[in-house]
Amino acid sequence: MHPLALRATPRSCNPMIKATTTRLWSWRYLILRRIVQIGVLLLFFGTLHWGWSLFGLPVLSGNLSASEVLGQVTLADPFATLQILLTGHVLQSEVLLGAALVLGVFLILGGRVWCSWVCPVNPVTDFAGFLHRKTWRKNLFALPRHLRYTVLALALLLSVLIGLPAFEWVSPIGAMHREMIFGLGLGWTALVGLFLFDWLVVKHGWCGHLCPLGAFYSAVGRYTAQVRVKFDQASCNGCGKCQAICPEPQVLNLKRLAQDGQVLSGECTNCARCIPICPEESLAFGWRLSTPVSGSAPVRHPLITKEDHP
Amino acid sequence: MTTRRGFIQKSIQGAAVATSGGMLWSYLVIQNARAEPLALRPPGALPDADFNALCIKCGRCAVACPYDTLKLAALADRAPLGTPYFEPREIPCYLCHDIPCKVACPTGALSPTLDEVMDSRMGLAFIDTEHCLSWQGLRCEICYRVCPLRDKAIHVETRRRELSKHAMLLPMVLSEGCTGCGICENACPTEIAAIKVLPAELIQGKIGDHFRMGWKQAEGAMSGPDAGETRKGRLDSAPEQGQVPGLDYLNQAEF
Repeated sequence: MHPLALRATPRSCNPMIKATTTRLWSWRYLILRRIVQIGVLLLFFGTLHWGWSLFGLPVLSGNLSASEVLGQVTLADPFATLQILLTGHVLQSEVLLGAALVLGVFLILGGRVWCSWVCPVNPVTDFAGFLHRKTWRKNLFALPRHLRYTVLALALLLSVLIGLPAFEWVSPIGAMHREMIFGLGLGWTALVGLFLFDWLVVKHGWCGHLCPLGAFYSAVGRYTAQVRVKFDQASCNGCGKCQAICPEPQVLNLKRLAQDGQVLSGECTNCARCIPICPEESLAFGWRLSTPVSGSAPVRHPLITKEDHP
Repeated sequence: MTTRRGFIQKSIQGAAVATSGGMLWSYLVIQNARAEPLALRPPGALPDADFNALCIKCGRCAVACPYDTLKLAALADRAPLGTPYFEPREIPCYLCHDIPCKVACPTGALSPTLDEVMDSRMGLAFIDTEHCLSWQGLRCEICYRVCPLRDKAIHVETRRRELSKHAMLLPMVLSEGCTGCGICENACPTEIAAIKVLPAELIQGKIGDHFRMGWKQAEGAMSGPDAGETRKGRLDSAPEQGQVPGLDYLNQAEF
């Protein structure tokens, strides 16, 4: 059919447009996350360079380490604040309150919501993960997922020993994020390094295995996170598509999901890649304390355990 | 199934990786923190060790600076990563009376106790007399004229004319009053500035308490930069007040 003829047909009948809307709908969380991530960066950038203000107050000044909203509310990175406290220095109450506020928000939302909805490195490592999945599929070596907790412990220990906030001084997240707002240096090289590592060396190597900030937030939301991915065992047919796309597939252990009726692991970033991809709609966002997706009686079927999906 | 031997071996290996990784990590951080002593900090910055620990690298001081003086060090810049600094030859510190950078600092890395911006000690100006126009005999004294603390931070000394030489007006820095704002360095008309600002500890000496200057003792306690007294601000080892160097302890007490 001629493309013009295609365009002349009514919208509702156009299979191409319908396919596009379906596809866009299946990417809804992904698109929302990118909007939030880029929006946060843009607010910082616009406030500094274009003087963005609301009621005459600067919108968002600073960066993700610490910032001020509308010249009134201070926000601070709780992990950076903790490291500074461990160097043995007394902090002003302003930054302590800011850190407590951010910590409180992520305690409730689920700690690693920070990772997939705010962190500026996430789009890059997501893209590297996508390329790994589509083009490469080879890991040079295996890293244990719990390695990040060792890195986290090291970051805190070294802060005590050397008297400087250890991770803040080497953080590729900070280096890149600051330079995107305050002017380019060589911070992008750190990002290129992470990208190559995640794409060609270890899949989800940085965010999924090494990043101590991710480890910190994993610990933060572990027992208190209220927004969780709920699991409906009755409709699940164990196809494994969710685990294939999940950047932290260990959190989708079906045996544990069946027990808890939801993803309880603090390592889940609430990125919601699994929700639209599930052909049976067995996964959905919900409150931690609410009942599972649909209250149907549990139906027994072969469970996929960790041994099947190493 | 992990055997006890295997478990112990793995633990030792893990500890070894953590130790070597940790040492490399701390080396990187310490090296980065100490390698660039040339950075000029915003007004009220605490001594380096404290400043480097407390600065959360948020850049709110840089956002608050109305003159875009302050920059955040990017990777490979000439200051420790992510910390604020300024280069006076590009844009100096114009010493705002309300010190907005200090007010914006959420952690206290820029001392909240600094009330008067003229008390800040960001650095110390020094004059390269070999390339200073005034010291070569031209009339310039621009640094003196632009200095916000004229006669306190820079004064001009007149050298009387000698045989077949005209009189000279020589600018000199008074370390007691200099804030290190760098307005002089910014204004210096030579191709490369003949007056520059550097962190005081890089260029300032110290006489030491054991030298005795009898002619000053007559005036009571010794004072001035010649007395071995360090400047307030970034130097933290100022001698105790009331302790007069060269005191004749043999004639005190029981002796």
